[in-house]
Amino acid sequence: MANQAMPNPSFVRQEMLPPLDPPSSQTGAVKWLRENLFSTWVNAGLTVLALAAIYVVLSHFVPWVLHGVWDASSLGECREKVAASFGPDAVGACFAAIKDRWHQWVFGFYPPELYWRPTLALALVLAALAPVLFTSVPRQMLWLTFVTPFLSVWLLWGGSIWGPVFTMVAFGILGAFVMMFSDRLGGITTSIVAILLVLALFLNPVGIVISIGNAVLSLFGLIPWTPLGFLEPLGNAAGWIFPLVKNMAALFHKIAPIGIQEVASDRFGGFLLSITIGMTAIACSLPMGILLALGRRSDMFLVKTLSVGFIEFVRGVPLITMLFTATLLLQYFLPPGTNFDVILRVIIMVTVFSAAYIAEVIRGGLAALPRGQYEAADALGLNYWQAQRHIIMPQALKISIPGIVSSFIGLFKDTTLVALVGLLDPLQGITKIVRADITWKGLYWEPYLFVGFIFFIFCFGMSRYSMYLERKLKREHR
Amino acid sequence: MKKSVFLGTVAATTLVAGVAAAATLDDVKARDQLICGVNVGLTGFGAPDASGNYQGFDVAICKAVAAAVLGDPAKVKYVPTTGETRFTALASGEVDLLVRNSTWTYSRDTDLKFDFVGVNYYDGQGFMVKKALGVSSAKELEGATICIQTGTTTELNLADFFKANNMSYTPVTIQDDAEGQRQYIAGACDAYTTDASGLAAVRATLPDAAEHVILPEIISKEPLGPVVRHGDNNWGDIVRWTFYALVAAEEYGITSANVNDIGATTQNPEVKRLLGAEGEYGAMMGLDQEWAKRAIAASGNYGEIFAANIGESTPIALARGLNALWTQGGLMYAPPFR
Repeated sequence: MANQAMPNPSFVRQEMLPPLDPPSSQTGAVKWLRENLFSTWVNAGLTVLALAAIYVVLSHFVPWVLHGVWDASSLGECREKVAASFGPDAVGACFAAIKDRWHQWVFGFYPPELYWRPTLALALVLAALAPVLFTSVPRQMLWLTFVTPFLSVWLLWGGSIWGPVFTMVAFGILGAFVMMFSDRLGGITTSIVAILLVLALFLNPVGIVISIGNAVLSLFGLIPWTPLGFLEPLGNAAGWIFPLVKNMAALFHKIAPIGIQEVASDRFGGFLLSITIGMTAIACSLPMGILLALGRRSDMFLVKTLSVGFIEFVRGVPLITMLFTATLLLQYFLPPGTNFDVILRVIIMVTVFSAAYIAEVIRGGLAALPRGQYEAADALGLNYWQAQRHIIMPQALKISIPGIVSSFIGLFKDTTLVALVGLLDPLQGITKIVRADITWKGLYWEPYLFVGFIFFIFCFGMSRYSMYLERKLKREHR
Repeated sequence: MKKSVFLGTVAATTLVAGVAAAATLDDVKARDQLICGVNVGLTGFGAPDASGNYQGFDVAICKAVAAAVLGDPAKVKYVPTTGETRFTALASGEVDLLVRNSTWTYSRDTDLKFDFVGVNYYDGQGFMVKKALGVSSAKELEGATICIQTGTTTELNLADFFKANNMSYTPVTIQDDAEGQRQYIAGACDAYTTDASGLAAVRATLPDAAEHVILPEIISKEPLGPVVRHGDNNWGDIVRWTFYALVAAEEYGITSANVNDIGATTQNPEVKRLLGAEGEYGAMMGLDQEWAKRAIAASGNYGEIFAANIGESTPIALARGLNALWTQGGLMYAPPFR
C-alpha cells in the first residue's frame, strides 16, 4: 500500500491565478444602476416613471429649441420658417425676437450711442469686486474698490463729474476721521462728530432744525401756521453753504464744467436696471445688516429696541408694499416739484428690506459662537469694536455665508418685482413691451427662457462662489 | 434722525401742499415738459418701439397736448404705469395726464376725484372663438370654457352677461393678455374674452387668423379716455379741447398735411376760429392762438391717428365702428368752437 502512492502529486500551483472578473452584476455600470436606480422593485418603478417624465419633457422641449429660428423679422416669419424647414406641424422657438430686441433686454431705453458707459461701469465693478472676493488679488486694487461706486454712478447717470468727486471726498473724510480718531476720542464722541459731519456734508442742518422745530411746535401740522417761520431766511441763507457736497459740486461745475451727457432714470431698463438695483442693494445691505445684527444683540436699550423694531417691521411688510410706498406714497409727502429719483427710491427700499434679513442671518452666526470667544476677546483687553473686528465677526460671518448668499440671490431675483411699480425689469417690463409690438405679439416662452437663463448664470455664480469661500475658510479640518 | 427729517418734511409739505395744488399748466410750462402716464405695452395704443420711442393711439393724445401747450410734440416724458399704479400716479401728481385705456366709470369720476375729459375710444367686451366650434353668437356659448383675466371689470361683465341670459360657463382665469392668447391657442378654453380692440390685435397675430372669429355681441360699455385730476379745471379744459380739436379737424377735413394752409384759404368761420385765424380763442384757456394748429400737426387729426395706429391698414385692422364721426354713424362729436 505504501507504494500505492497517491497518484503523482505533482501538481502544485506555483503562482496565483489571475483574479476573475467579478460577476457582471457586481461591477461597472450594471452595479451602479442596480445600486442606485433599481435596488428594489419600488425604486425600479420610480426610476422608470422618472425616465418617462424626463422623456416627455425633453421630447417637447428639445425639438422646440432645435427648431428655433434666429433670423426673422416677425413672429409670423418665424412660424413660416419653422413650417418650411420642419413640416407644417413642427413647433419651433422664435429666438429671433430675443435677437431683435436684445439691446432692450440688456440696456432698456439707454441711448444706444452710450452703451459703452454701462458696459464700462460693469467692467469696473467686476474689477473692483475682485480684491474683495479673492485674497490672491493684489491689495492695491482696493483703491479701485473705493473709487468705483462713485465712478459707476457717474458713468451710468452722467452729468457733472464734480458731484461724484465731492461725494467721494466726503466719504473719504468721514472714513479717515473714524479710522484716525475713534481710538483717541472714544466711541460716543466719534459717533457724534461723525453724525455732525454727515449732516454738514450731505444735508442742511440749519434747515432741518428749523423744519423739525416747526413740525414739533405746530403739533405736526395741526396748527396751520409756522411758528418758526421768521427763521426761514436763516435756513435759506444756510442753504448757500450746506449741504457742503452739493454746493461745492455746483461751484466747481461753474468754474470747470466737466461732464458727460446726462441719462435720466426712465431710460434705464432690462438687466441694466436689475444689476444696478441688485449690486447696489447687495453692497449696501451687508454692512447695514451687520450693524443691525450687532444692534439687536447690544446691551444698550435704545439701540436694541430700535434695531429690533426696524428688523421686525421690515420683515413683517411685503417687499411689494414697500415698493409701492417708495414709488407712489412718497410723492404725496414730498414737497411738490421734488425730484427724488425713482430708481434711488427703489434701491433704498430693496436695501432696507434685504438688510433686515441679512441682520437675522448674521445674528444666527453670532449666536452660534461659543461664549468663550467673547470672553477671550475681553481677556485680551480688546474694546468692543476691536473684538468684533478681530474675533467675533470673522467667525460669525463665516458661519453665516450660506445664509447671506441665499439672501443675496433672493434679493437679486426680487429686483424683477419692480415691474409692478412701472419700472422696466427684464422679466415682465421689457417682455411686455416686446409683446406689445405687433410683429412679436403672441410670443410666450422665449423671453421667459432667455431671462431665466441669464438670471441662472448670475445666481449660480454667486452660489458657486459661496461654496468656494466656505471651502477656503474651513479651518477645523486642516 | 431719518425719521425726524421725514416728519419735518411731512409737516412742511402739508403747509406747502395747499398753495401748490393748482395750475398744472404753469407746472408744465415751467418744466417745459408734459408728463404723461401711458400703458407699458398695449398693441396699437401705447408701447415703445424698438428704439424706445413711445408710439400708439393713446400716445398721440399726449403728443397733441404737448404740441398745444409747449409747441413741441416731443416734449413729453412718458411714465409707464400699470393697472395698479395708474390712478395713484395721477392723484399724487407724478403725472399731469393719464392716457392709458382707462374706462370712464361713475366711481372713478366721483369717488377717485378724477375728470375724464372725453372718450378717445369707445371699446366694449367681446368674444373670440375658433370657427370649428360652429358658434355664431355669444348666446350659443352655453356651458363653454372661457379664458378671462382676473381682477378686471371684464370678469364681472362676463358673469353678468351669462346670468342675464341664463347660461352657465366655466372660467379659465389668466393673468395677462399673452397668457390668455397662449391658453386659447392651446385649446384650454373655447372662447377668449377681453376688450374688442384687444381681441382684434390677438386675432391679427394668430398663425391661422382665418380660423377664428370675433362674435358680434359686445357685452359691455368701455369708454376709454384721457384722465386729469379734479380741481384744476383749466388744465382739464386744455386736454378736453385739444382732443376735440383733433375730432373737429377730421370733421372739417383738416389734416396734418394741409393744416398750415387751410387756415388762410378756408371760408369756414368755425375752421378759422379753431386754427386761430379769427378771434382770441387760445387765450381763453391760457394758450396762444395757434395751439390747435400745432396739436393737429403733431400726429394728424383723429381719423389720421386712428388709421395710423389701429385702423384697417394696420395689422390690427380695427373698423371705425362707434369711433366714426357722428356724421358717419359713430359717436365722435366735437362741440362747436365758438
